[in-house]
Amino acid sequence: MALIRITSPHAHRAGSTGNVMLTVLIATLPGLAALTFFFGWGSLIQIIWGTLLAVAMEAAIVRLRKRPVSFYLTDYSAVVTAVLLGLALPPFAPWWVMTVGIIVAIVIAKQLYGGMGNNPFNPAMVAYALLLVSFPVQMTSWAAPFVMTGEGWSVLSLGDTLSAIFGSAGTAVDAHTMATPLDVMRHRGGFTTEEMWVENALLANGIGAWHAVSAAYFMGGVFLLYKKIFTWHTPVAMLGSLTIISTLFFLLMPDQFPDPFFHLTAGATMLGAFFIATDPVTSATSNRGKLWFGAGIGLLIFVIRSWGNYPDAVAFAVLLMNLCAPFIDQYTQPRSYGHAKPNRGMK
Amino acid sequence: MKNTVKVHGFHGGIHPPENKKQSTGAPISIAPLPSRVILPLQQHIGLPAEPVVSVGDKVLKGQLVAEAVGRISANIHASISGTVVAIEPHPVPHMSGMEAGCLIIESDGRDEWIEHQGLEDYTQLPKQELIEYIRRAGVAGMGGAGFPTDVKLHLGDDHIVNTLIINAAECEPYITADDMLMRERAEEVLGGIEIIAHLLKPLHIMVGIEDNKPQAIRALHAALDNSPLNLDIVITPTKYPSGGEKQLIKLLTGVEVPSGRIPADVGIVCQNIGTTTAIYRAVIHGEPLISRIVTVTGQAAGHKQNYEVRIGTRFADLLDHSEVRREQMHRLIVGGPMMGITVINEQIPVIKTTNCLIAGTIEEMPPQPPAQACIRCGMCEQVCPAELLPQQLHWFAKGKEFDKARHHNLFDCIECGACSYVCPSNIPLVQYYRFAKAEIRKEDEEQRKADHARIRFEARLERLEREKIEKEERRKQRAIEAAAAQAAKKDAALNIASSSAGNRPAAASVPDLKQLKSNAAIARTKLRKAEKALANAQEKGLDGIETLQATLQQLQVKSEQAEKAYADAQNAPALQQTPTAPVTDIKQLKSHAAIARTKLKKAEKQLAAAQETGDGDIDTLKAQVAELQAKSIAAEKAYSEAESGNSPVTTPGIDTTELEADIAALQSKVDKAENAWKAAVESGSPAADKMAAGVEKLKDKLKALQDELATARASASAAPATTVDSTALEADIMAMQSKVDKAENAWKAAVESGSPAADKMAAGVEKLKDKLKTLQDELAQINAGSTAKATSDSGTEAHVSIKELKQQVSIMRTKLKKAEKLQAELPEGEKDPALDAEIAELRARHDAAQALFDAAEAEKAAAAAQQGIDLKQLKIDAAMARAAVTKAERALSKAEQDHKQTLEEELLAARAEAEKLNSTLERFSE
Ligand code: SF4
Ligand code: SF4
Repeated sequence: MALIRITSPHAHRAGSTGNVMLTVLIATLPGLAALTFFFGWGSLIQIIWGTLLAVAMEAAIVRLRKRPVSFYLTDYSAVVTAVLLGLALPPFAPWWVMTVGIIVAIVIAKQLYGGMGNNPFNPAMVAYALLLVSFPVQMTSWAAPFVMTGEGWSVLSLGDTLSAIFGSAGTAVDAHTMATPLDVMRHRGGFTTEEMWVENALLANGIGAWHAVSAAYFMGGVFLLYKKIFTWHTPVAMLGSLTIISTLFFLLMPDQFPDPFFHLTAGATMLGAFFIATDPVTSATSNRGKLWFGAGIGLLIFVIRSWGNYPDAVAFAVLLMNLCAPFIDQYTQPRSYGHAKPNRGMK
Repeated sequence: MKNTVKVHGFHGGIHPPENKKQSTGAPISIAPLPSRVILPLQQHIGLPAEPVVSVGDKVLKGQLVAEAVGRISANIHASISGTVVAIEPHPVPHMSGMEAGCLIIESDGRDEWIEHQGLEDYTQLPKQELIEYIRRAGVAGMGGAGFPTDVKLHLGDDHIVNTLIINAAECEPYITADDMLMRERAEEVLGGIEIIAHLLKPLHIMVGIEDNKPQAIRALHAALDNSPLNLDIVITPTKYPSGGEKQLIKLLTGVEVPSGRIPADVGIVCQNIGTTTAIYRAVIHGEPLISRIVTVTGQAAGHKQNYEVRIGTRFADLLDHSEVRREQMHRLIVGGPMMGITVINEQIPVIKTTNCLIAGTIEEMPPQPPAQACIRCGMCEQVCPAELLPQQLHWFAKGKEFDKARHHNLFDCIECGACSYVCPSNIPLVQYYRFAKAEIRKEDEEQRKADHARIRFEARLERLEREKIEKEERRKQRAIEAAAAQAAKKDAALNIASSSAGNRPAAASVPDLKQLKSNAAIARTKLRKAEKALANAQEKGLDGIETLQATLQQLQVKSEQAEKAYADAQNAPALQQTPTAPVTDIKQLKSHAAIARTKLKKAEKQLAAAQETGDGDIDTLKAQVAELQAKSIAAEKAYSEAESGNSPVTTPGIDTTELEADIAALQSKVDKAENAWKAAVESGSPAADKMAAGVEKLKDKLKALQDELATARASASAAPATTVDSTALEADIMAMQSKVDKAENAWKAAVESGSPAADKMAAGVEKLKDKLKTLQDELAQINAGSTAKATSDSGTEAHVSIKELKQQVSIMRTKLKKAEKLQAELPEGEKDPALDAEIAELRARHDAAQALFDAAEAEKAAAAAQQGIDLKQLKIDAAMARAAVTKAERALSKAEQDHKQTLEEELLAARAEAEKLNSTLERFSE
């Protein structure tokens, strides 16, 4: 057999980027299961629909760019984007919302920047932010959780859900939607936080579903940590800073600000902490950088939720910090072996 | 087995499959005698060796066939007996598959040793010779790089070696050569360590070994029971690359080798375990390095085991012997799978650094899938032992942003391959780094060349400019010369007459000075006369005042010229000039001082030794040292006082360059101390502060010394009254001493408190002491040299103005020309041999002045601070001398003809004094 000449190292750990992405997909399963259990088939359908679109879109663009299609599709990054967007969108959002979202995510936010690894912003979050700004109505009506079935609510059947998403079963869906806790909190008018819970008994009853979903995401995140897909720095920093600042304000003005637990479990906090902010491509690089990056997201989430115009803030916070990541990188180089202190900035 | 030494950690690292078990089943076997060996002339880092045999020569096993060239190089010996059949380029183990000069020996099958014998007792040999002995055996690092071992053994000369680390980690997968070596030849290993320890005298010896070699560890422990060595076998967790030099140092000592420095800078020397046996064999048996242990393994290899292989054996022979299945062999790796290189030619030979051959199958080492994009997952960062950001480096290398790559410490990458190993996108990261490094080196080289060209261009411009100025000056000089020539001619004639009549035998080289002196005197007289005439004319309203004024101006110029010429000549090196004062007792004093110093040094050494070993009566020794120091200082003082009390023109001359070299040496020592300090800072050693203070103080001292030297030179030439104040120097030395004491105390305190910085501080103290000694020596030298120097330098060191020096040079030139002209103008028969000698001397002086001018450029800064000392006193002296001149002149003009001679002499003496003072004053008030 002819000998080959090749440079070291000659040993490699088995594994590929595709494996990393698959692991991430597996980690989203508990969250997806919880969503489906509490809010019906919507999220699952969104994810399948989104994945189909994303793969098709990715294939088309990769072909346009004259690259090997199967090689790029098997890194599964398009699927991850679709799944994350599917988890973030309201379960009954019409099909075209997802379609617009995927086009934005895959075509604009990812491939136009040069494909995987080169995008400065998290594609799913770019799409989400754009949709939220463009279609506020569709984006803020969330499915009602099934815990209220005792009072006549029930999860929409699969067929109804399909027609809700792909048809125009407006009224049937309307009965099954409601605002998210964050939205309610945002638009509680003159009520204090306490009064709000009293006013919205339905929400107060259904909050458990949100807790459960958050817990599921948390589990997925821990699994990824265990698998060493990312390090603890970003999620811990993000959750930590959000906890600290919300606790501070809650202690000072308990009437005006919800408690930290609410912040941690409502909306996309857990999804953001473990699946969005940890997106390596768009986050800071070094461990120290990730601490700053995560802390910044936590802070921004609180600020936007408390004083911004939009109910949830994870997407905006992540995008803003994506913007800062290159800057953070320059100031958070690790101290290399044999150096007294880390280098700072660019030359 | 438990560690007695704390094992620190290092960042990152990976756990690739070890694949070591395969090759440890069988003991080391001796590979069959090769039919021919191929000996590359460069098997080590440094310059290739130079063949000392030629084609056709018969050589014996162990015979030197190629000799080391330069300091960093290694001898090559025949590894079999036979005939040299070729010296030609041949493929060598190199990443690129390149060819290099090799010496090829065909075996005669007899395997006959050259006569060789080991050292009976190597401890009897002076260290230098022992190291030379090891160097002759061609020992080079056998772990990887192949650094000539003798160079590392010399590290004790200019570094303080606290710790000797023997690298037995063998962290690369597959390789078991060191493992088997320790299992089977632990005595040789320890014997080698003993020799190294004897040479380096480290305080602490550690053998770093990974915990996956329990048998080797046991063997070492067993052998240690019968060894006088006191060493720690430190077991480290198995993790690649713990065998990297820097990583092992971190593991064993917690110290980081500062970036861009060598371990010796932090007091550590590393040797590979294989090298220790090579040293052992060289010293004890007199065997040069002609064989080594090589692991042959990989799935395609038939017998996976270790062989003792002659250097130069072709891989093909070795692979045949281990019955490798060629049809399965896909990759042939030299070294380990992480850092080894692949070769495609089996004719390549085993060299001193070849520790492993892996015949890998395609299943074992499948080709890497194509690289995907970097997802910045950071896995590479988590494993990088150099604590870099491999993903960033990759982006920068890819984007050719080399500045940024460098800023991200690209050059600290050890190319261990850990990042490539884990990268899920299969990016050949190390390849990117090699590329970037090569590009940067190329850029640097180009930059260097460009700089060089620019400097040369600028120098040329400067030279042209200078030449223009000089030309202009020469033109002026010529004009002045022409005017002076007339007078000079007359004077010379007069002078020759008088000198031949009078004091001819006094000294052959004195007339020059005398002549100049009288030249000056005469010029001045003329000037006075003209002045008087002018005054008279003005008073009486006579005609022709203008003419007189013109004449007067001319005369003034002449007079000044003559005076300056005289002054310069006087200041120029003239040892014969006015010999005064007995020299003998100075000599004696000097030797006293030297003896005192030697005693002091000895005592200090004893003290240091005692402190190091911690036994002996340190206090008594200390008292002794203090006493001796006092004595030494006193002796030195006496000597220097005697010296400065002397006329400034005595003493044996120590020439300028020597003194300057001394200062330079001191400077380099300071630099070294500084470096040590920096190293300490970077390694975060708490001793850093102390060391910093030490360095600061040393620097102060150096500066003070330089200043003092300048002063000494300047003032010694100026007037005896202001000769160098050596007491000040002594005070400096005393202050330094007290600082040394302080540093010692600090160190002791650190030892007592068990601070880990103690070792480092000890080193610092040691260095400070060295400095002190140097300073003391310097003082002695300055004392000896200052006076001689002073006259020879004509105080130029104190000048900031290079211009003036230049002027002096040109004046010298003028004088020289003048004298030459004078000689030429004399009729053939009357040529004066004295004048010839004079011319020669003038020329020498001119050259000396020129050299001084050159030197002054360098010295400029050092002397800057010394202006303006005692200016007042000088001024007063000068004024008084001037008054004396005037008085004498007046007396002269009034005196009778018969008294004239005496008075003239008086006048000359007064003038000389005045001129001397004047010129000094001029210099200082510049
Ligand atoms: S391991 Fe590979 S993919 Fe991950 S950050 Fe490093 S270079 Fe990029
Ligand atoms: S090859 Fe260089 S960058 Fe990669 S892990 Fe090793 S030291 Fe770090």
